[in-house]
Amino acid sequence: MKREIPLVITFIAGIVMIIQFYTYPLNWLGDLFNDFYNIILTFSFVLGALSLYAVNGKKITSQAPGWGYNLVLLVSLTITLVCGLFIAPPGKLPTDEGTAFSWIFANIFNPLSSATYSLLAFYVASASFRAFRARSLEASILLVTAFIVMLSRVPLGEYIWQCLPVLGQYNIAELIEDWIMGGFNAAGQRAVMLGAAVGLVSVSLKILLGIERSYLGGND
Amino acid sequence: MVAYSLSDMLGMWIGACLALFVFSFLYKDNPFYKLAEHIFVGVAAGYTMCMGYWQVIQPNLIAKLQAGDWRYLIAAVLSLMLLTRLSDKYAWLSRWPLAFMVGIFAGYNIVYTMQAQVLKQLEATILPLWNCQSWQELCQNLIVVVGVLTGLMYFYFSKEHKGTLWGKAARVGIWGLMITFGAAFGYTVMARISLLIGHVMYLQDVWRATLQFFGLG
Repeated sequence: MKREIPLVITFIAGIVMIIQFYTYPLNWLGDLFNDFYNIILTFSFVLGALSLYAVNGKKITSQAPGWGYNLVLLVSLTITLVCGLFIAPPGKLPTDEGTAFSWIFANIFNPLSSATYSLLAFYVASASFRAFRARSLEASILLVTAFIVMLSRVPLGEYIWQCLPVLGQYNIAELIEDWIMGGFNAAGQRAVMLGAAVGLVSVSLKILLGIERSYLGGND
Repeated sequence: MVAYSLSDMLGMWIGACLALFVFSFLYKDNPFYKLAEHIFVGVAAGYTMCMGYWQVIQPNLIAKLQAGDWRYLIAAVLSLMLLTRLSDKYAWLSRWPLAFMVGIFAGYNIVYTMQAQVLKQLEATILPLWNCQSWQELCQNLIVVVGVLTGLMYFYFSKEHKGTLWGKAARVGIWGLMITFGAAFGYTVMARISLLIGHVMYLQDVWRATLQFFGLG
């Protein structure tokens, strides 16, 4: 029973989503199930937060190495939650402009997230220095394409592009870039997308039919 | 000239210090970076939860229940069942909401992915190779058609990539994919670099605002 009922739920939910797509009067059922999906998905964040408290709390109580950082994590999580859920001036939501929560977003979350992502620029550069060696024809193609795309996005590249000869009404560099981005890039992306989509549809079918059950986990 | 309050200045300085703590990782892992990292995880988790509550739970669940739409009790019960994951004895109950979500996801994918990512993409690939308006258009169409076909041949792993037709076509497919990955890489690098430039400009703005705040700039 512990495994059969979830399989039935999966089958019914999936079939309803498929049927409502083809039957207009049942569209409301698809919208309702979509709402349920979003609610459960969002509620799973609560599980994530409880798990954060449990894991970090355990490290703090046992004074594991670096427990101070775990304390910082829990304090910042708690302060954000309290500000985002409860603290708001009259007539405003806690997430509105000018609240403590928006201050945290503007002065802590935003700088930290953009600094973390921009840090990757250095690692991408060093990784490409190590990986981008024209050892084979394929690697050379990748290298040249990346170089052309990057060059065409900076002022120096634009200047060089303008200096290249014109073929009819087209600048050769623009033509090459158009063929790379509109031709080869579009074709490659489409091939990847088609392959992935067919794979996704086949896995979805296996899930609905109960052939793929790994998402249930465990053996009981 | 913008007048900055003490709260603005405090916020800017905290943001700038935290950003510098993150950049200190370029030298090596250090306590400042770890501090910024843990603050980021805590704030990001809290931020996601709060936004989820105000954008999804409040309007889609609480407001609907308050309006008397009792169908949403099913969603509330399924959501609460997720919490049984924390108990060893009743953890199996958390499979019900999970199964519901997986079912919705699978059903959605079968119809919408098939429509948006398979049929539409195939439709966009069926391009004329005759009577094109210019030779540039012919070249572009030819590149797209041949690129997609050879790319798909490369992704077909049930047949070994050998032989005059299949082997060579798969090889052309790899070349096309390499161009795609090269372009994607180029774009990613440029996006990260522009983020970095934006952040350096942010630090510059903080510096200017500080000078202005103390009447030095």
